[in-house]
Amino acid sequence: MTRVVVDVMLKPEILDPQGEAVVNALPRLGASGVSSVRIGKRIELEFAEGTDESAMQEQATNIADKLLANPVIEDFTIRLTDQAEPTG
Amino acid sequence: MSPRIGVVTFPGSLDDVDAMRAVRLAGATPVPLWHDDGALRGVNAVILPGGFSYGDYLRCGAIARFSAVMETIVDAARGGLPVLGICNGFQILCESHLLPGALTRNQQLHFRNRDQGLEIANAETAWTSAFNSGDRIVVPVKNGEGCFVADQKTLDELESENRIVARYVDGNPNGSQRDIAGITNAAGNVVGMMPHPEHAVEQLTGPSVDGLGIFTSVLTYLGATTA
Repeated sequence: MTRVVVDVMLKPEILDPQGEAVVNALPRLGASGVSSVRIGKRIELEFAEGTDESAMQEQATNIADKLLANPVIEDFTIRLTDQAEPTG
Repeated sequence: MSPRIGVVTFPGSLDDVDAMRAVRLAGATPVPLWHDDGALRGVNAVILPGGFSYGDYLRCGAIARFSAVMETIVDAARGGLPVLGICNGFQILCESHLLPGALTRNQQLHFRNRDQGLEIANAETAWTSAFNSGDRIVVPVKNGEGCFVADQKTLDELESENRIVARYVDGNPNGSQRDIAGITNAAGNVVGMMPHPEHAVEQLTGPSVDGLGIFTSVLTYLGATTA
């Protein structure tokens, strides 16, 4: 297991203009029933093979808190995974 | 000897030369500072200019916060050094936690570039003493991520402690909460503002010369503190 996935989302109370733009475009697509869109970011951190799991967790949390997310406006979650996730 | 005012150049800074020019027109000596060098070269104040530090690839100002020069500036600012962050510089000050809140994508999503009316709300900071509270000025604004946000408690504190330095008037270009265009720290030596006073220091190239007051203010402040 060498991969940590960090998901960063704007806090619910922060306006997401990108999401608003998308939700406003949906009717033009013929899509109905979607009342809200929020757009976030996924970051994958690859650690060297054999890195200790708790060390990975701790480092990833530190990296996410200090650099990948701005805790003033964003929340983040961290999860360890043992394989590349399908992106398509 | 005229005060030495440092202007930091990060990779991607755009307005460092304009800021140095404004410093010179105000009567001080501009001193170029480099992002990768923590030395402050004996400067009496520092300006973080506009632009796109380190490409703003992650978040505006997020990478600049970890530069060698910012490590030094954060300590010096906590010790009282006057620091002005303009546009990207304001974003860097928020990311460095020298100022509260954050700058997010403009509410209308559009990059805004226009001459902007401002009301000076606090004329007692190191960078605004040349004005009177309530003065209206016009300086250019140009940003894509200039929407100031903070939680309600922080916004209330900023208001009650008179730490809102400038407000947008005649239209809010980016959706900033409570029309905030600039704020200061509790001590009044660190100021961040989204609009660009350094682009309004000469009649030929700016909409006014209102911006010059920002740069002469710090000279008065330094004169007063060294006298």
